[in-house]
Amino acid sequence: MRIKKILCSALLVSCMVFAMTACGSKKAAQTGSDAKSGNITVGFSQVGAESDWRTANSTSMKETFSEKNGYTLIFDDAQQKQENQIKAIRNFIQQEVDYIVLAPVTETGWDTVLKEAKDAGIPVIIVDRMVKVSDESLYTAWVGSNFELEGKKAAAWLKAYLDKTGRGDEQINIVDIQGTIGASAQIGRTKGLEDACKENKNWNLLAEETGEFTQSKGQEVMESLLKKHKDDIDVVYCENDNEAFGAIDAITAAGKTVGTGKDDILVMSFDSTKTGLTDVKDGKIILDTECNPLHGPRVEEIIKALEAGETPEKQQYVDEEIFAAVEDVDSVKVEDQDYSVTVVTDDVIKGRAY
Amino acid sequence: MEKKKSKKKINSSTFLLMITIALFAVMYIAGMIIFNDKGFAKPQMFMNLFISNAGLIVIGCGMTLVMITGGIDISVGSVTALVCMSAAYAMENKGMSAVAAVVISLLIGTLFGIVQGYLVTYLEIQPFIVTLAGMFFGRGLTAVISTDMIAIQNKTFLKWANYRINLPFGTYNRRGIFIPAYIYPTVIIALAVVILITIMLKFTKFGRSLYAIGGNQQSAVMMGLNVKRTKMKAYVLDGFLAGLGGFLFCLNSCAGFVEQAKGLEMDAIASAVIGGTLLSGGVGTVIGTLFGVLINGTISSLITTQGTLSSWWVRITLSALLCFFIVLQAVIAAVKRKKKKK
Repeated sequence: MRIKKILCSALLVSCMVFAMTACGSKKAAQTGSDAKSGNITVGFSQVGAESDWRTANSTSMKETFSEKNGYTLIFDDAQQKQENQIKAIRNFIQQEVDYIVLAPVTETGWDTVLKEAKDAGIPVIIVDRMVKVSDESLYTAWVGSNFELEGKKAAAWLKAYLDKTGRGDEQINIVDIQGTIGASAQIGRTKGLEDACKENKNWNLLAEETGEFTQSKGQEVMESLLKKHKDDIDVVYCENDNEAFGAIDAITAAGKTVGTGKDDILVMSFDSTKTGLTDVKDGKIILDTECNPLHGPRVEEIIKALEAGETPEKQQYVDEEIFAAVEDVDSVKVEDQDYSVTVVTDDVIKGRAY
Repeated sequence: MEKKKSKKKINSSTFLLMITIALFAVMYIAGMIIFNDKGFAKPQMFMNLFISNAGLIVIGCGMTLVMITGGIDISVGSVTALVCMSAAYAMENKGMSAVAAVVISLLIGTLFGIVQGYLVTYLEIQPFIVTLAGMFFGRGLTAVISTDMIAIQNKTFLKWANYRINLPFGTYNRRGIFIPAYIYPTVIIALAVVILITIMLKFTKFGRSLYAIGGNQQSAVMMGLNVKRTKMKAYVLDGFLAGLGGFLFCLNSCAGFVEQAKGLEMDAIASAVIGGTLLSGGVGTVIGTLFGVLINGTISSLITTQGTLSSWWVRITLSALLCFFIVLQAVIAAVKRKKKKK
């Protein structure tokens, strides 16, 4: 008897809600169109919040596409799942956002949903990782880091530094602790170093092993390399900061020192996180090449160009700096372009977003 | 006498089902009112619930079957990843046809079902442990096939994946162009599975036996039912549906890689429970599970549309709903027991 009562009331409630919608939706439909003010709506599907780099990337987007700047940002965290990103993009399409920005979890699997966006006439801007699609017209532009250039810059700096300190003709033994094999950051950064080793006859690339972008694996790899090559290693080329932290631990644990002295090991790194730069300031890491997560402003440039009816360039790189512990090299030249080198101070570290 | 019987039916499973459906309706309609200006009331938004969750619906159906027998299957997420990877590998690296990929997918799922079913029913090992092993095995095997992502470029496959079925209704977009609502073939397959399983559970001997076994295994034995064979069949069917669901999932993502569908098994279990399936067995419908999946999808859709809330709220809301339904089930069970005593 009681359950019957509950059932009846549940039915009544749902009936009421139904009735309410009938009038409610009409009202909302009338006000709906003018609720959309002059703001440009941007839907951003982010990978997740797995690292400081990623968080800085999200913050950059949120700051750039703020209400104050004339945007409405719809932010979706995909929790590392491609299926969530597909859902989010479908949702953005139904919301009729003006632009979709996608930081893809995976490089593949976007054909269907990007086609839906294209058919709805919404431009898609890809950031960070590239996507592989059968039809290039499915996205409007890509914004990200030039990993090969990062590697080239680091190699160019090393050459300039060795020349300056009078070691330009010495035999230099280098080990490369690579990132996760196949990641675009690993491919580009490794290539930058390999090319430089081919050019400089006195550079010997003793080993290339993956540290999977983690501190523990970086330490493990460095330990085994130190055992294998004893006192031969002059330079450790770590493909991100976490690996560098691990490598430094391994070097000190083996009773060796990092730094600029004759018997010290030079540690080079990438990413330039706050903790990484603190190590640069302390002289533990000699050079840290930036991987800039602040994609917001560049994406905004593209959107402004599209709003003005222009066609933006398809591939766009963000500007990236070079941070060194020593003042010996002011700037490096890569492919006829000069890049200045910043010496790390407390102020530099304080000013970092991540 | 007749009246009493029908009343009793409403009491348990139908009651839970009605609550689920009512909850879905209330949630969706509330969303339509609140987010009308953000396109939530569009028919396509509703269709997207089915498009994005077609795989999960089919997998959830299989899950419901084993849960009705009192078991569980936590390997389905890994099976999905394995199916996606195998299909992608077969088509891209081995040059097989898309039809062959379908056969491979279904075979993988069925094989998982047969092995797991045998271990659970004939060797009487806890289903949780058996399928946990299956989960690790599936994920591991996926990584062995390839640790790289494989994008599917097979022409026939992409044709299936992109084959839009336009519906006779739709909306006008801001530029005044009429855009019909559409679905993909995956949706039709998923709904067909729901209907077929519903009919099977309601009208076949096998379906009725499942409920009998889940309700009380001993009395099912005494009634002369072949408990082991029925259970085995349930696991094989569950495996087959996991394979099919995995392939539908693959049609949505068009790629195979190791991290795919992580935690999908938990979504399937949550959907079944919200849909009124009892973890202890004996009660449950696939229609309920369908609505469980839709509720799950609606929550995430609402939160994405809202735009500023962290998407982790999806999980928090879902956990609250799960608690609500479990408590509700316990209350109903208690009320039932009291009545019996009287």
